[in-house]
Amino acid sequence: MLAGINLIAVLGLSLLTGFTGLFSFGHAGFMAIGAYVGALMTVSPTTTPSGLGLPFFVGIIAGGAAAGLAGYLIGRITLNLKGDYFCIATLGFGEAIRLILNNVQIFGGSRGWPGIPYKSSLPAILIADVVAVVVLWNIVHSRQGRNMIAVREEELAAQVTGINVFGSKMTALVISAVYAGVAGVFFAHYMTFLQPKMFAMSKSTELTIIVIFGGLGSISGSVLGALLLTALPEVLRAFDIWRLVVYGAAVIIIMISRPKGLMGGVELTPSGIRKVRAERKARQIAKASILATDDASDGVGGEA
Amino acid sequence: MIQFLQQVINGLSIGSVYALMAVGYSLVYSIMNFSNFAHGSVIMLGAYFGFFALTSLKLPFFLAFILASLGTTAVAILIERVAYKPLRERQAPFLYFIISAMGASIMFENLVIATIGPTFRTYPPVLDRAPFYIGPIAIGRLDFLMFVISAVCLAGLIFFIERTKIGKAVQAASYNLKACALMGINTDVIILVVFGLGGLLAGVAGVFFGMKYTVYPQIGNITTKSFIAAVFGGLGSLPGAVIGSVLLGVIETLVAGYLSSQYRDLIAFVILIGVLIFRPTGIMGKSAVDKA
Amino acid sequence: MGDLLQISNLTKRFGGLAAVNDVSFSVPEHGIVGLIGPNGAGKTTIFNLITGVYAATSGTILFNGQSIVGLEPYRIADKGITRTFQNIRLFKNLSVFDNVLTACHRSAQYNLLESALRLPRYRKEEKNLHAKAEELLSIMGISQWRDLEADNLPYGLQRRLEIVRALALDPKLLLLDEPAAGMNPDETEQLMSLIARLRDEFNLTILVIEHHMDLIMGICEKIVVLNFGVKLAEGTADTVSNNPLVIEAYLGKTEAS
Repeated sequence: MLAGINLIAVLGLSLLTGFTGLFSFGHAGFMAIGAYVGALMTVSPTTTPSGLGLPFFVGIIAGGAAAGLAGYLIGRITLNLKGDYFCIATLGFGEAIRLILNNVQIFGGSRGWPGIPYKSSLPAILIADVVAVVVLWNIVHSRQGRNMIAVREEELAAQVTGINVFGSKMTALVISAVYAGVAGVFFAHYMTFLQPKMFAMSKSTELTIIVIFGGLGSISGSVLGALLLTALPEVLRAFDIWRLVVYGAAVIIIMISRPKGLMGGVELTPSGIRKVRAERKARQIAKASILATDDASDGVGGEA
Repeated sequence: MIQFLQQVINGLSIGSVYALMAVGYSLVYSIMNFSNFAHGSVIMLGAYFGFFALTSLKLPFFLAFILASLGTTAVAILIERVAYKPLRERQAPFLYFIISAMGASIMFENLVIATIGPTFRTYPPVLDRAPFYIGPIAIGRLDFLMFVISAVCLAGLIFFIERTKIGKAVQAASYNLKACALMGINTDVIILVVFGLGGLLAGVAGVFFGMKYTVYPQIGNITTKSFIAAVFGGLGSLPGAVIGSVLLGVIETLVAGYLSSQYRDLIAFVILIGVLIFRPTGIMGKSAVDKA
Repeated sequence: MGDLLQISNLTKRFGGLAAVNDVSFSVPEHGIVGLIGPNGAGKTTIFNLITGVYAATSGTILFNGQSIVGLEPYRIADKGITRTFQNIRLFKNLSVFDNVLTACHRSAQYNLLESALRLPRYRKEEKNLHAKAEELLSIMGISQWRDLEADNLPYGLQRRLEIVRALALDPKLLLLDEPAAGMNPDETEQLMSLIARLRDEFNLTILVIEHHMDLIMGICEKIVVLNFGVKLAEGTADTVSNNPLVIEAYLGKTEAS
């Protein structure tokens, strides 16, 4: 079930990192915002003085919106700077959120905030997951999504092709923040207890590792990655301390050998597979016809 | 007034440690144009190397120090060879470098947790804990030593870069790595030197950090502050990294002293946001905006 | 027929160096103009200035009578100026079809919400985009490669794909940066007729940077010569090739000095 929750955050991050090419070290911060705001909405005023006791879905909307707003603000400040600055800024953001939450007493500070109603049942998570995947799929396969991919591929060419690069990056960031926020709300209502250190930098890096492992630019990759990497440790308890060591090493190995990750940027769907087949066929035809032209002409080739 | 000066002095001492961390990081950034996020774990390993050199190997302080620094230099070079060089050769987008760096960082942090254990360790006392006094101002002996050695290291670095042949090559490389290669400079060696230097400084910083505070696997996270310091001073500028670090250290200590220690860590992020909004190039840096 | 593009006193400084120094010239509507000069003369810099990639230090650039200095590159592309790059910048990992489809984005209006929920406007307009992309590919003769990863295209076809991508935005002014680089005489011939065809069929105005003199002399109605950021000459192929300054720039001083 935790995997299902992680999945939502991972999907959002995938849009930002896998499809738009921006690397965030602080997405746990968005999760935290979503979690705390969402919890604030749903917690009954009897347990916590400022709680509002509203229904769960209000919490979801509020949490997601708050996270999205945070994403927008961060984006305004950092998106027109070089990539490294963005990374450091997200790193700073994630940590800053955690520190601030440590000091906000109505949320229980660093001791934590108990008494959050349990709302994240399996059906609820599943529905959320399906919605999350479908919406993300739709976005990626639209002109907005294609523009984000173009930004990732060749930012300069994207610009002169009329793409508002800043706008695309911002859209990706805000959507990924909303996703993370919603995941945070579900997280809060699953654990029924919140503590700032649940959203430490290790959470952010865990999310990013899953995206990389599943493959940048592949939704099915992120889904599989989230399920595998969250569920697996549960199964291999003894393995636990070494888990992150292996992940860290795996990341390096993936980067140097198969950066496209598990799915290699390919989608595990009928259309995705068709696409791979079509590409392979096209490559064979290309090779054949180039050889043919080479034979036909008098050795003056058409390409280097 | 005296309290103010006292705080400033304290700030200087932590600032000098940040400076060592930030300079190593900035050095790599200026040449390779990427943020070596694995730098933090190298610093952490330095702290551990020093610790074990002092406790298990029972070496005298100076030897332990040198051993730790050599160890980190080796680790830094190792990371470069394994995690970055293959990417460089394939001209991978810089995003991959960062991911690889992050992988290395996580791996080392958890390797230490898995093997040595996450408990905090303290360095055996090396120096007399009693501070000495200049007038009414107390200066810890350790702090003083840290400041002096940091200054010496930085001076040595500046000398190396300005006066030696390899140093000049490093300068040239920071402007344009490819052009250097075309000029017949062995860029591989330059990169090795740069990472090695970064590793050396990281080792010194790590040992100092361990001595002043404690040793634990998550030390790498402290380097977030040194990244911020480097940005503050200007990414890619070495003097900037030093100035940014020292300023950060002083400001941080003053805030903790006069306001509340809870805000100590937060102020670093406030500075970061301020820098990003008002002057992304930092105090001394090169252009930060995405150019064509 | 007026001038589609008017550049006046355009200057771009990088630090102390003036890469483009007080350059003025114009491009008549529906014309094909060549921009030539030795390497480093500032030709690509001018392209970058026109497309908003660089900000001009001083001077004006009028497109259709409107100043485009200071606009963001994507807005300039919107206004109708697109370009190709000297060192091809295709979306390498995308298929040929996707490269063009992405570039067609301006021909649809559906917003993000409509995309996310697959509302009717999205469905309809997306179909149109697909059709438009297919049509462009077929007009330019590369339909058979549509599923190939752009990176795997033969070099000459990559250049052609870049042009197709630039056409997807329905531009009025097309900037071609060394389109014939790496081509043999045969391919250069084909490119020349392609450029003429583009101008006629797509109602374009074209500004070309080139080193291949046969292409320049063959299709350019007007030629502008630059050297060291300064305009040396402007005129027809004949005028320019007889200009002593131009000859000197390319061949050096004939007498020993």
